[in-house]
Amino acid sequence: MLELKNISKKYKQFSLKEINLRVENGDYFVLLGNSGSGKSLLLELIAGLIQPKEGEIYLNGDNLTKKPIQKRQIGLVFQDFALFPHKTVQENILYALNVSGEGNAEKKAKLNDIAVRMNIQHLLNRMPGTLSGGESQRVALARTLVKKPKVLLLDEPLSSLDVQLRSGLRALLKEINKKGQTIIHVTHDYDEAIALGKKVAVIDDGKIIQSGTIQSVFKNPESEFVANFVGMKNFFKSILYQNKERTFAKVNGETEICLLSDDEEGEGYVMIRDEDILIYDKRPESSAMNNFEGIVKEAIPARLGMEVAIQASLLFFVLITHESYERMELEQGKKVWISFKASAVRFLKT
Amino acid sequence: MKYSLFQNITILFSGLIVLFIIAPLFSMFIQTGKSEFLEIIVDEDVLNSIWLTLSTAFMTTIIFAFFSIPFAYLMARNDFPFKGVLQGIIDLPVVIPHSAAGIALLGFVSRDSALGKFANLFGLDFIGSSLGIGIAMAFVSLPFFVNAARDGFYNVPRRLEQAAYTLGASPFRTFITISLPLAWRNILSGFIMMFARGMSEFGAVVIVAYHPMITPVLIYEYFGAFGLKYARPVSVIFVTISLLVFIILRSLSKDRDIVRA
Repeated sequence: MLELKNISKKYKQFSLKEINLRVENGDYFVLLGNSGSGKSLLLELIAGLIQPKEGEIYLNGDNLTKKPIQKRQIGLVFQDFALFPHKTVQENILYALNVSGEGNAEKKAKLNDIAVRMNIQHLLNRMPGTLSGGESQRVALARTLVKKPKVLLLDEPLSSLDVQLRSGLRALLKEINKKGQTIIHVTHDYDEAIALGKKVAVIDDGKIIQSGTIQSVFKNPESEFVANFVGMKNFFKSILYQNKERTFAKVNGETEICLLSDDEEGEGYVMIRDEDILIYDKRPESSAMNNFEGIVKEAIPARLGMEVAIQASLLFFVLITHESYERMELEQGKKVWISFKASAVRFLKT
Repeated sequence: MKYSLFQNITILFSGLIVLFIIAPLFSMFIQTGKSEFLEIIVDEDVLNSIWLTLSTAFMTTIIFAFFSIPFAYLMARNDFPFKGVLQGIIDLPVVIPHSAAGIALLGFVSRDSALGKFANLFGLDFIGSSLGIGIAMAFVSLPFFVNAARDGFYNVPRRLEQAAYTLGASPFRTFITISLPLAWRNILSGFIMMFARGMSEFGAVVIVAYHPMITPVLIYEYFGAFGLKYARPVSVIFVTISLLVFIILRSLSKDRDIVRA
């Protein structure tokens, strides 16, 4: 288990403040925050590239705070990959093994093993400057993983890849995590957090605002920042399936939400933005595929308008104007219908 | 193709500048008669001075470059108080008159100075020896090497060194396997500049060590004693050899084309 206790650090004009974090062995932990929030700095602190002013870092009970980078057994894959441009792919990977002074046969076996796992056998004699973004990322992962680090740190690993390459790399990262590798993944993209993370911590202005399982953080944002940042209160774990050429997401084994998706069947999350849901007094006659009857549970003034919680077979949050709220007299317990289009539903496969 | 007025002026000025450098050298070459040239090329004094100049400049450059590399790395990678002042000190030999540099060095390494007395204990004498020539050459040419090497290290992304640390490499190993190879082209270029500047030095050397004579001093000696007619063939030979060495070293430095990150 990696544990950060009361970590503080001032770095140029920016500071990290009393960071407390626990990452269990085998976790896929996502640090989610805007650029400049301090997430990459936190990663560099864990790796040992910079020292905290206060606080301590433990790995499986071992105090790492003052340990040199070289002895931490923590691997870091940089956002720009940082492959050595004057060495071939093979030499890049062997670099880590040469440092530890292993025998030639052992090195060769490890090199072949990691090359197969990362699917880069055909790239071993290439120079980094000739690789694509996706290939560079795989090589950077191979170079770090060949040392078998206890924790793998990833700094925005998908940000420099185009959309088609991302899904392939997501699958690879999941596979690596499935084999027991603890991963801490820094990103500003909540799609990535949902698709990959088991747990998430939201970081802003050098502070961890909220942390927990993906579902708990996305569904119950504890602050306005988290709510605005993750922005998804209508967020449900579901199973995607096809039925009569239509696609549905089944939530809690009963509620069916119709959506447009070309994903394959399987588990994931459905999300509906609260401003995309409409409230009616009676069952609406419209083209919308999703219509649910429910009762008003509560109404909370939001930064813009009113947020109305409606208990149907699921609890939905709907954002409406103050004017609509008053005109429809949406007092607690009132029966209403809600409606949203299949195209307003997003599905993210996990 | 029609050129604009601006392009025409640019071409004209460029031509004049190139001509300014080429013309004196070219005229020196064509004014040197074949018989004068053949006479000088077998002159033992001339050949010895050329050998002394090249070998002293080369050895000086190697020794001072070796000790300057860590300093260049320090200047590229660290920020510390008075770094600007230190940089100014490095550049000082470039801006002061070289005869003044010679005077300063002479006081520092003369037989009466502390350093001179210390060297004398081991039977060494800076004045009037190739050791003194080397020191004078190094003093005026060192900034070319330090600045080029510093720029080379500065251009190596720090991320690459950090990546090496996370892979378990010590700072020394990282320096040898990552920083140095990636800064190599600049270092080699600085080496060539320092060598070229050192072997062409006259002002500082003539004051510290008139004898044994390096070629720039010999040219001056021939000019004073025998006139332009005798000084010119020596200059032609030395310029030719300098150009050849320069071209060879430059082509060597181009062989290692490193792909940048």
